Amino acid sequence: MCRLFAVTSEDPLSPMMAFQALDVMREGHDGSGVGLFLSDLGGPFEELKGAPILSGIFTNDGLKRLDQFMMNIGFMTKYKLSIKIPKNPPVGTPRRDIYLIRAYEYPETWEGLSESEIEHRLMMVRLQLRQMGEENEEMIVYSFWPDVIMIKEIGDPLLVSKYLRLDREELQARIILAQGRQNTNYAINLYACHPFFIQGVATMTNGENTAFVPNREFLSSRGFPGYIGYQSDSEVFTHILHFTLNRLGLGIEAYKHVITPLQDNDLEKHPDGSFLRHLKHSCRRLIIDGPNCVMGCLPDKTLFVVQDRKKLRPAVVGGRPGLYAISSEMCGLDVAIPDRDRSRDFQPMHLDTAVIHPDRQEVKICSQTERLPLPH
Amino acid sequence: MFPNGKITPSTLSIKDLSWQVHWDKERCTLCGRCTAVCPVHAIELGVHRKRLIQMPALGEIGQSNGSSSVNQVYYGVRQKTDPAYACVGCASCTLVCPNDCIIPYKTDEADKLRFHINRGGQPRRRGGRRNVRDPDPGGILDRIKFIRISMLTDPALDAGRHEFELRTLLGRILPPEENLKMLKEHGWIPPVREIYPLIIGAMSFGALSPNMWEGLQMGVAYLNEQLGMPVRMCTGEGGCPPRLLRSRFLKYVILQIASGYFGWDEIIHALPEMKEDPCAIEIKYGQGAKPGDGGLLMWYKVNKLIAAIRGVPSGVNLPSPPTHQTKYSIEESVAKMIQSMYMAWGFRVPVYPKISGTSTAQSVLNNLARNPYAGGLAIDGEDGGTGAAYAVSMDHMGHPIASNLRDCYLTLVKVGKQNELPLFAGGGVGKYGNLASNAAALIMLGASGVQVGKYMMQAAAGCVGSESDRCNICNIGLCPKGITSQDARLYRRLDPEKVAERVVDVFLSFDTELKKIVAPLGRSTSLPIGMSDALAINDSSAAERLSIRYVV
Repeated sequence: MCRLFAVTSEDPLSPMMAFQALDVMREGHDGSGVGLFLSDLGGPFEELKGAPILSGIFTNDGLKRLDQFMMNIGFMTKYKLSIKIPKNPPVGTPRRDIYLIRAYEYPETWEGLSESEIEHRLMMVRLQLRQMGEENEEMIVYSFWPDVIMIKEIGDPLLVSKYLRLDREELQARIILAQGRQNTNYAINLYACHPFFIQGVATMTNGENTAFVPNREFLSSRGFPGYIGYQSDSEVFTHILHFTLNRLGLGIEAYKHVITPLQDNDLEKHPDGSFLRHLKHSCRRLIIDGPNCVMGCLPDKTLFVVQDRKKLRPAVVGGRPGLYAISSEMCGLDVAIPDRDRSRDFQPMHLDTAVIHPDRQEVKICSQTERLPLPH
Repeated sequence: MFPNGKITPSTLSIKDLSWQVHWDKERCTLCGRCTAVCPVHAIELGVHRKRLIQMPALGEIGQSNGSSSVNQVYYGVRQKTDPAYACVGCASCTLVCPNDCIIPYKTDEADKLRFHINRGGQPRRRGGRRNVRDPDPGGILDRIKFIRISMLTDPALDAGRHEFELRTLLGRILPPEENLKMLKEHGWIPPVREIYPLIIGAMSFGALSPNMWEGLQMGVAYLNEQLGMPVRMCTGEGGCPPRLLRSRFLKYVILQIASGYFGWDEIIHALPEMKEDPCAIEIKYGQGAKPGDGGLLMWYKVNKLIAAIRGVPSGVNLPSPPTHQTKYSIEESVAKMIQSMYMAWGFRVPVYPKISGTSTAQSVLNNLARNPYAGGLAIDGEDGGTGAAYAVSMDHMGHPIASNLRDCYLTLVKVGKQNELPLFAGGGVGKYGNLASNAAALIMLGASGVQVGKYMMQAAAGCVGSESDRCNICNIGLCPKGITSQDARLYRRLDPEKVAERVVDVFLSFDTELKKIVAPLGRSTSLPIGMSDALAINDSSAAERLSIRYVV
């Protein structure tokens, strides 16, 4: 089973905090891999908030191809974080040439483009790099987005983090998502490792998605180039969220209504029953069956956690104003935020969406039975 | 006959028939029930002459004893060998015999009767089902296994205690973006019905006896109103009894319109008085049992009541044309017909076509996918049943449902309309008794729901028809169980209340079995339509053809 940890903090934190939390939960995961998503960055990246950052793993040849490609389309390197790799990787971790974290300057030709056009183009560049990388396995690209850094690797999370020296000063973030396991239900593939990312939306999941095939078929057939991959059955959760936000124009409160809609009796009593019934019908192929706990981060830096309808995976959210964390287990939360009011810890159940908005002042619980903030 | 007698080409012996009636003289009471009940008069009173040799005791042998050869007569049953009266194996004789002394046996080799049932140049017509030896023991649907069992990485569900949403949608579903846009702009959103995924398929009032129809309707009403199961039943082409049209139960009924338009005069006239909209309108363009052939109700069954509902004279054959006469192009005419049917109910009732399984199903589907009004597509495979058809159509025409349905589903997936245009599959579902597993296999291959007819007749009314040519006389209205007869002396045998009870039994047990299939797959929140990763088969060609896993 995966163990997940997500934190949102007023002050930038080192990702090591998340690794320590994962480490105390190690009984619950097999330490086979690590995935990290950092956003609302501190350190040197704070100054580069608008610049897209490319995260990935490259061979030396892959890096050459990357440089050539980026130059051709007019991207100039603005800042890079060099990770000098020690000689001996930990047991189980392959030796890589380059872990790349590099911020770019937008091409001049992109000036004046609308925000949505830029977002589309950034995604397309990432997809193109991913495709190029698949030819000779020279590049693995996780994200190409402003204010987002992602690192994924095989091996024990704590050992990998020490090996890559992720405690370095330059690496600070106010939002951290961390996950402590390769997707061992399927073949080991770094693209199968959580968190998954698309256009500012990142999620990670604990559990197995029984409705994976219909979910995947529906997303793949939307005609949206970003809905590809699916090396892991959990990637659909990220894409469903992206679909809910970007294609349907709905908020995070609607996400659960898409993946686990209410049943008849509840819909009849619901103030938005008619709307929700239409949503349920038209998004029927996006319904999941769990067991799944999904944690994630929205483009506006809101953190959230939801559960499936009845099987549930462990998750607890707690903290204090300015610092909140969501953890698979209580012990992870205890290590991360020991000085919190434990009586206010909350374990979301089958109807809840727990949300921590970017002001980080409280954990807001939305129940599926409540009225939905609908766009007018 | 005598050894030196004359024979004609169609002179058959009992051995040449498909069924041989075995009769036990010792147990027979000569009550005559069997000969009276036989629907095809295959047996008659037999006066048998028998020679006995009576040997006197040794001491009594003398001149006065006369001949030791004595002729006696005994009475019993004789089976006719005239092809017109050949036993159909229904075993009604066995059913009525007080001493169990009579029973038909299937011949142990290929019968010769088949070469002679075309007297007067009239090929064999019959009712029932496809009678072709299945090279696939159990058929393809029975061989599909459900292999994705949840245990550890994904805990299984409890079929008995968890909540399950075993519902499906009938009607055109808009893509999510468009649906929400229409909702916001108060635009027209096609009507969609949430129904139970097992539908009682089209069997007309006329093909079925009044008692059978009433029983089915009562069962459906009970399932809806008492058990909360939104089960729907299709009328078939034969209209709908006027009282039902004007009752609140109409909402459980899918009205069918077919190429003969039988009964639609009555339906149109009832429109202003309808209290409820029907569930949906099914436009029948084809039928799995006799693809490319219209409906057929033979004159035997067209009595006064049927004639009145259908708006025709009684006692005449009612063959519907093979196609709707006004249909010359799918783009234009079919679209218009679908729209006209929508218009009749103010665009509040979903309308969908039903076709027979065919290699051209995908072209039909592609056209429907482009027609924003098409509320679904029902495909009826070659194993579908019928009340009357030419045997050649039934046995040799048509397309198996599994691959036809799968191809159509994958076509929809390719264009991203898999949720928009629901597919319904029929034809041989539960053919060998495995209703729930066949239905689940079709659903996971991509069907939104399944239609069953023959299974309901067998399970809810005791139809004795079989794939090995048993009974199959639905066409002539002599159904020994009263299921497909219009003769009150026959159909009064069938108690509608008991049929209703059995309908409820069938649906409840189906529901439990379906849960027993989806629960271990970890599914409960929605019907696992297209969840093909759960399916496998031990035949690599079939696996490849259906794009499912091959297991041995």
